[in-house]
Amino acid sequence: MKLVARVEGIGAIGPGFTGWPQAREILRGDAAPDGSATALPAPERLPAAERRRVGRNVRVALAAGFEAVAASGRDARDCAAVFTSSSSDGDNCHAICEVLASADRQISPTRFHNSVHNAPGGYWGIASGSMKAADSLCAFDGSPAAGLLEAGARLAHRPGEAVILVAHDAPYPEPLNTLRPLPDAIAFAFALAGGTGLGTGLRLELTGEAPTTLADPRLEALRRALPSARLLPLLRLLAAGEAGRVVLAYLDGLSLAVETGP
Amino acid sequence: MQPLLISSFTATSCLGSGLGPLLDALLASRSGLAPCRFETVALDTFVGEVEGVDAQPVPPSLAGFDCRNNRLAELAMRKDGFLDAVAAAANRLGPRRIGVFVGTSTSGILETEIAYRHRDPLTGALPASLDYRRTHNTFSAAEFTRERLGLAGPCTAVSTACSSSAKVFAIAARMIGAGVIDAAVVGGVDSLCLTTLHGFDSLQLLSSQPCRPWDAGRDGISIGEAGAYFLLERAPDVAPAQALWLLGTGDSSDAHHMSSPHPEGLGAKLAMEAALAGAGLAPADIDYVNLHGTATPSNDVTEDKGVHAVFANAVACNSTKGATGHALGAAGAVEAAIALLAIRHGFIPASPGTRAPDPALRVRYCSTLERRPVARVMSNSFGFGGSNCSLVFGSRPAGAP
Repeated sequence: MKLVARVEGIGAIGPGFTGWPQAREILRGDAAPDGSATALPAPERLPAAERRRVGRNVRVALAAGFEAVAASGRDARDCAAVFTSSSSDGDNCHAICEVLASADRQISPTRFHNSVHNAPGGYWGIASGSMKAADSLCAFDGSPAAGLLEAGARLAHRPGEAVILVAHDAPYPEPLNTLRPLPDAIAFAFALAGGTGLGTGLRLELTGEAPTTLADPRLEALRRALPSARLLPLLRLLAAGEAGRVVLAYLDGLSLAVETGP
Repeated sequence: MQPLLISSFTATSCLGSGLGPLLDALLASRSGLAPCRFETVALDTFVGEVEGVDAQPVPPSLAGFDCRNNRLAELAMRKDGFLDAVAAAANRLGPRRIGVFVGTSTSGILETEIAYRHRDPLTGALPASLDYRRTHNTFSAAEFTRERLGLAGPCTAVSTACSSSAKVFAIAARMIGAGVIDAAVVGGVDSLCLTTLHGFDSLQLLSSQPCRPWDAGRDGISIGEAGAYFLLERAPDVAPAQALWLLGTGDSSDAHHMSSPHPEGLGAKLAMEAALAGAGLAPADIDYVNLHGTATPSNDVTEDKGVHAVFANAVACNSTKGATGHALGAAGAVEAAIALLAIRHGFIPASPGTRAPDPALRVRYCSTLERRPVARVMSNSFGFGGSNCSLVFGSRPAGAP
């Protein structure tokens, strides 16, 4: 059975783009990626006490999530949220491991609570005021596909409750970077709704096909470099406003096909 | 939601490996907590360490996954005929039609914590033997489970701190309900590691005694570790008379703080109400609430407010963390197994460690074992980031006689 959703809003932040309008131009081929690093947004919606504490992953995840919600015209408090990430906060993980390997193992309480994989979901609740469910999923490089599938299943279960899907990644510093190179912070978000209405329709289906690649070598390199960028073939279709079908990387031997249309 | 049949389950914790030792310990009101001797940790606290984890190898074909967390997963899934039950389901339904959803908070991070002691003195590099993807990464626990069971359907790790392995039931229920899959292996695996032991120490939340949920003198948690798995299936046309069911799931967020629950227990209340609504049940239909009950002074207060708002003091409640310790990302799963045993064998377990329930708390707290029929149980799991999940299990669906 196919899962369906409508894309009511998109958020995007990453290397060379600070929002969906800029990412859309790059994906359409109207602008070239300028090679710049991800500009980290300030987490403006968090209370001042929390603002200083959050890592790169939370900053990009919240920015993309709020961009998608704003584009949808919905109130985030009415929406469930699905966050996906291969790794969550790499800087924080490294800092904790360093302290735990030292003679003095006193880690900071803030570092500890920021170490949970669902830190972006927790801060999302604080920033948005939403008391709806927030998932935090990890399927390594297939994390965003796992998130799309979960968002689709949420909409099938409860078509009246929109879902904000946020796929995010942030790099590890060395020495973990060598084992898991993630070159920069990135996040993509979709405001997804069920039922009928405006927005591009998505039809999701599991398949054994190989993932779709991108013709532009720079975009293909980005797709391969960051798990969240595995969404780029879908985002390219959405940027072009084309009806089409792409296959997104998920697990070994199992991919997620996405058809776009009215 | 449509009730889902729990056709097989198993649990391994500090109370023993498999359901037999778990049931024996629960009926004897025994705690598995002991002074912490884990690894190089020198903290004055009790832990629920699982015996035999380090001696349980993973299969040679999956050697890259070898780490304490996956050894615990292997130890857990070998019990109670679980491997055979999954193999039979895969044979019947096809391996692509069975999903795998596993909750974990720290997966195999212990490998990386130890590797940081062995960095190259010149370059700072980690030992080349560290397999990041198959040990450290959050997905490792789920990917290992999927490969070990030879399944080929959708799979994800769920990592919402201490609600992780409750949430997996909700995810599986939605996926089965939507027809994406016909069955799911869900569970939780979380093993002792330095991040959580020293992390909860930094928050001054570790008790120096075996934890005492709901006790007037409670002073913090005892960390445990556990692995528990469940095979969930669409209801068959004719269910066995002794069948156990997942009846409802409810999840919510506190929108309040990263490590402190909502002061009025509002997020917890929303999750419990959603689980009851999903099950089509009223509060009076629940015979026992297995509380999250971590035994920190403030968590028990806020949960008490949330549970009281839904059930008043009309239902028997307690926490079994004095027996198992707080298994964090595996807590929801091990407590789901306890809920199912309570239904199958007709008892409300004791709350070891609780001497005198706090008079300031208002729900009906049962400190000692009670033998009586239990038809439906709610299990609560709440975590950092304000992540809440409540589950309802039962011996019969709503409306059934």
